[in-house]
Amino acid sequence: MDLSDSPEDAEFRARLRDWLGKVLPTLPPKPSPDDWPGRRAYDLGWQRTLYDAGYADVHWQASPSVRLIFLEETEKAGAPYVGAGFVGLLHAGPTVAAEGTAEQRARWLPPILRGDEVWCQGFSEPDAGSDLAALRTRAWRDGDDYVVSGSKIWTSHAEVADWCELLVRTDPGAPKHRGITWLAMPMGAPGITVRPLRTLAGSAEFAEVFLDEVRVPVANRVGEENDGWRVTMVTLSFERGTAFVGEVVACRRVLGELAREARTNGRWDDPALRRRLGRLNAEFRALWRLTQWNVSEAEATGGLPGVGGSVFKLRYSQARQELYDAAADVLGDVSLDLDHPWVTDRLSSLSYTIAAGTSQIQRNIVAERILGLPKGR
Amino acid sequence: MRFQLTEDQRALRDGVRGLLARRFDRTALRAAVDRPGRLDRALWRELGTAGFFALRLPEADGGVGLGLPEAVLAFEEAGRALLPGPLIATHLAAGRVPGAADGETVVAAVDGGGVVEWLAQADVVLGGAEDLEGAVRMRSVDPLTPLHRVPAGLGAPVAVDPVAVLLTAAEQLGTAARACELAVQHARAREQFGQPIGAFQAIKHLCADLLVRVEAARAAVYAAAVTADPADIAAARLLADEAAVRGARDCLQVHGGMGFTWEADIHLLLKRAWVRTRRAGADTESEEMLADDLLSGAGR
Ligand SMILES: Cc1cc2nc3c(=O)[nH]c(=O)nc-3n(C[C@H](O)[C@H](O)[C@H](O)COP(=O)(O)OP(=O)(O)OC[C@H]3O[C@@H](n4cnc5c(N)ncnc54)[C@H](O)[C@@H]3O)c2cc1C
Repeated sequence: MDLSDSPEDAEFRARLRDWLGKVLPTLPPKPSPDDWPGRRAYDLGWQRTLYDAGYADVHWQASPSVRLIFLEETEKAGAPYVGAGFVGLLHAGPTVAAEGTAEQRARWLPPILRGDEVWCQGFSEPDAGSDLAALRTRAWRDGDDYVVSGSKIWTSHAEVADWCELLVRTDPGAPKHRGITWLAMPMGAPGITVRPLRTLAGSAEFAEVFLDEVRVPVANRVGEENDGWRVTMVTLSFERGTAFVGEVVACRRVLGELAREARTNGRWDDPALRRRLGRLNAEFRALWRLTQWNVSEAEATGGLPGVGGSVFKLRYSQARQELYDAAADVLGDVSLDLDHPWVTDRLSSLSYTIAAGTSQIQRNIVAERILGLPKGR
Repeated sequence: MRFQLTEDQRALRDGVRGLLARRFDRTALRAAVDRPGRLDRALWRELGTAGFFALRLPEADGGVGLGLPEAVLAFEEAGRALLPGPLIATHLAAGRVPGAADGETVVAAVDGGGVVEWLAQADVVLGGAEDLEGAVRMRSVDPLTPLHRVPAGLGAPVAVDPVAVLLTAAEQLGTAARACELAVQHARAREQFGQPIGAFQAIKHLCADLLVRVEAARAAVYAAAVTADPADIAAARLLADEAAVRGARDCLQVHGGMGFTWEADIHLLLKRAWVRTRRAGADTESEEMLADDLLSGAGR
């Protein structure tokens, strides 16, 4: 067991740190959370900066330990978050890389890396959330196109996306996991209506997407027709496997800030609160170690991120909510003021046990696939 | 970074597991329960011969010359098997108290908490006042750990050794992993309503949570063994205590009425886990220390 950097990793870390120190002070100010075009421009601008410096593909090409160092150092330095690039960089792109043809990789991957195009995820439907395979959005062949009709919901970043990783039903007669196909749909195509949905945090993070006879070229299909469920599992393993890792570092930073705030406003004198913060320190230290363990395991086996991602997500999503509940206790009355960033972060933390597969679904995965318990009837 | 067990570490873990399976199997465990308060001296010497106590003693001093990570793996196995005795005190005394390293001498210790384990059976008691005759025997909740209470002011105040805290966490980790295994085994085997209870989601989710707590604790305990950082050790302790205590409780729940019987081993897991949570000032001390760590703001 070794937690120190290899010589190559140490060199990468030093070079990255040095570069971050130079480039971060030159960045423009962050746009307001409600300014979606501004956020798109800002997030893509950061990706472009990474691209120009040779760091754009760090999530894809590099060894898992380099990826971990990248997330750790950028977060510690307070660099921008992937933001609107999330779906493209962290799961649609890796899915295209793993399952796409040479032409598809050439068409879609470079613009993601350069920060030219934003992707969104059109999986969930009003009647197909946890039971994703129950999706009903239909697609039928017409010449070289699929014609798609139906609707998607909770689609994050849909308003500013260029592409959508879209799941459609191509064979309504097949058993529900079989007749599904994975398509890349251009968001500018005629027949698409995006209607922003307001989240409980008051912002329009996600949207409903209505599809009325939208034409998507057959060439945009990733994987075989009716084999989309398998491709989807690849996408979800990326989404749960590594996508949340950098956030643990951010939580640790926030926890330190909480302690200092409590010290300043006198709440620190309450031993129950102090101990709660101490316990959260233990929690986030452990989550970071669990990340390092999972990454080392992935490196050793050379495979896709495994079901260990579900173990991590279960614990992390819970811990993140506890962190911001503790923040509310530190803030006292200020915890009711939406102008404090911890208050909006507290609200958005509520989505972590739901989005990307609810905690109940993750527990089913852990119990059936890791522990080998029987499926219920 | 290669945060996985090495080949040698795997071999060591398997070796200890094998030794305990031979020498302290379920029959031996239940026999020990039937003779509470008596330490098996022959087993103690065998552990000594196998290098359990001298694991971290330098080879030049007749030890095995390994480090904290290896000790953690060995104590995790001890925790899994519910091996009784003042294992940590004797391990820490190796090289300092004659006979401790080879298991000839049984060493108990006052560890900063108000309770001493195995006082009456020990040859040497470290860390307390000269004589601990004022210590009061308790009717111990754990049939496999005899306990004495030390009245305030009798034992001299002792600084807590972080290594003792870490090895306790390792034992808790082993117990937690065992609780998870027993729960899953039972969930697969026991049938109700015409199917294994493990097919019911309520049981599935208890088992999944058992595993999640074990894996989080494992990462924390192993990392603390590598860094030996006091804050990492405190964190490991909190997670391991939680994994062991809640794990044993949930395991009991999965076993239903059978879990509440003396014959099932689950109460032994829970009771031992409780005893260990009281060591070295209990969880509150670790929580306070980790709170201070936030202010000292290394911010890692
Ligand atoms: C902030 C946010 C962003 C999102 N972004 C996207 C996105 O970009 N693209 C996208 O496609 N989707 C997105 N989603 C949707 C998300 O994936 C779904 O909300 C999620 O999968 C749950 O589905 P549901 O909302 O239909 O809840 P339901 O499936 O209706 O679940 C309701 C409750 O029932 C429980 N439940 C359901 N089935 C079971 C079961 N088998 N066993 C036990 N309990 C069960 C759930 O755990 C939950 O507690 C987003 C959601 C959120 C909150």
